[in-house]
Amino acid sequence: MKRNMNSEYKVVFSLVLFILLIFPGVMLCANSSQAAEDKDELLMATTTSTDNTGLLDYLMPAFTAQTGIDIRWTSTGTGKALKLGENCDVDVLLVHAPQTEIDFVKKGFGKDRRQIMYNDFVLIGPPGDPAAIKGKKVSEAMKALRSSNSVFVSRGDNSGTNKKERALWQLADVPIPEKEAWYRQSGQGMLATINVAAELNGYTLADRGTYIKYESVAAGKPALLILVEGDDVLLNQYSIITINPKHCTNVKYDMAQTLSAWMANKEAQNLIEEFKLFGKQLFTPNADQD
Amino acid sequence: MDFIQEGFIQAIKLLVNRDPSTYSAISATLRSSTLAMAASLLLGIPLGYILGYFDFSFKKHISIIVNTLLSLPTVFIGLVIYALLTRNGPFGEAGLLFTIPGIAIGQTILSLPIVIALTATAVEGADRNLRITLMSLGANRKQIAASTLWEVRLGILAAAVTATGRVLTEVGISLMVGGNIKWHTRTITTAIALETSKGEFGMGIALGLVLLLIALTINVSLVGLRRRI
Repeated sequence: MKRNMNSEYKVVFSLVLFILLIFPGVMLCANSSQAAEDKDELLMATTTSTDNTGLLDYLMPAFTAQTGIDIRWTSTGTGKALKLGENCDVDVLLVHAPQTEIDFVKKGFGKDRRQIMYNDFVLIGPPGDPAAIKGKKVSEAMKALRSSNSVFVSRGDNSGTNKKERALWQLADVPIPEKEAWYRQSGQGMLATINVAAELNGYTLADRGTYIKYESVAAGKPALLILVEGDDVLLNQYSIITINPKHCTNVKYDMAQTLSAWMANKEAQNLIEEFKLFGKQLFTPNADQD
Repeated sequence: MDFIQEGFIQAIKLLVNRDPSTYSAISATLRSSTLAMAASLLLGIPLGYILGYFDFSFKKHISIIVNTLLSLPTVFIGLVIYALLTRNGPFGEAGLLFTIPGIAIGQTILSLPIVIALTATAVEGADRNLRITLMSLGANRKQIAASTLWEVRLGILAAAVTATGRVLTEVGISLMVGGNIKWHTRTITTAIALETSKGEFGMGIALGLVLLLIALTINVSLVGLRRRI
């Protein structure tokens, strides 16, 4: 019997030890969830390109300082960002897929859409350029890619860049590739996709910001070069969309409006213009004014 | 290959310089996994004990279900929890999406089957003569149950270590439910995913090493605990 008493005591002892180990963590959580209830907090869904380039980390502290609004953002592909908006999980969107955005507003999910800035897409590929697209117009280049059967790596993730790529095939009157042996869908982010293209010695469509980042990581020896650029159809427009309070009653529409107006004001537009990565300007401001 | 070496140096720098964003990710990781482990141990040890100790109908079926749930993909759990926590979802009013407790709910679902299955296995594997011996010594039911629990303590500890490892390293739930929001729900694993997508491979390696260091600390203290008990 003595042995049993002893073991009961030990069970209690280890239970107490266990609680002591767990307790500090739980306390920390209690503190942080209090902080999370802070009312002045705006939630934005955005695309990877604005976050990965560091633009938001650079821009948003100024917004918070001037308006007192604490902003948080989650960065995903444009497809998922729009879905988060439709499901009322965020208050505002900063995305880059104009046609889809207009539909989004038409369906009553979004309230106002305001153009903020643009950068551009570039077609990149190996220096040898087996499909001979260098310097061609975009639609000619897409046709050349199709007929040469050179490897083309697509994002394949319904992101803004992926949507643009599909639009470019259509523009060139080329059926959108899907299972063709030369067409590889990475299903990954832009930088990962550029790396896949580099490994396969293939072509891809990239936004200029991410390409600059890739170039700098490659330390002056990029495996892929810009071959086609500067065409009007390669424009990559970013817009801010407030979520419709009629569709989502919980949404913080006023704060979202404040952000939308702030992004369009002169000071924020100047900040965007001055934002540089490795000495190169990434975005060109072109906000719609009220 | 350079970035692996760079990662080692970077990891030390992050820790020594008390890099605020790294410490924020460490804190997010520890908070969500502590909550998840507390919940899954509190629920899982009794359930696992019942499953292993008692004989009842459908016991085999329940075992099969629990063992199947060991293969739950984290991204799938993330999606299901998202569907429940989204503002228009059944639990949307609770405001748990993009929060640490939200992540912890998903991680609890990930770790609960591990705790139940391994606890049950440990209890089943305990010496069958133990019960008979205790009974012959005149122990009552409570004492027999407590003694059995005590005898399988190392098995339960192993269950906790395994489940902690899974919770600390998952990325699918944290990304989908937490949203990888800087200073709030960015955990070490989602930070690794982000740095990798940014092409900062060295930083990704560094954060991976930080996570391993945390796991090492936890396991070293558990060895201390094991010696004591």
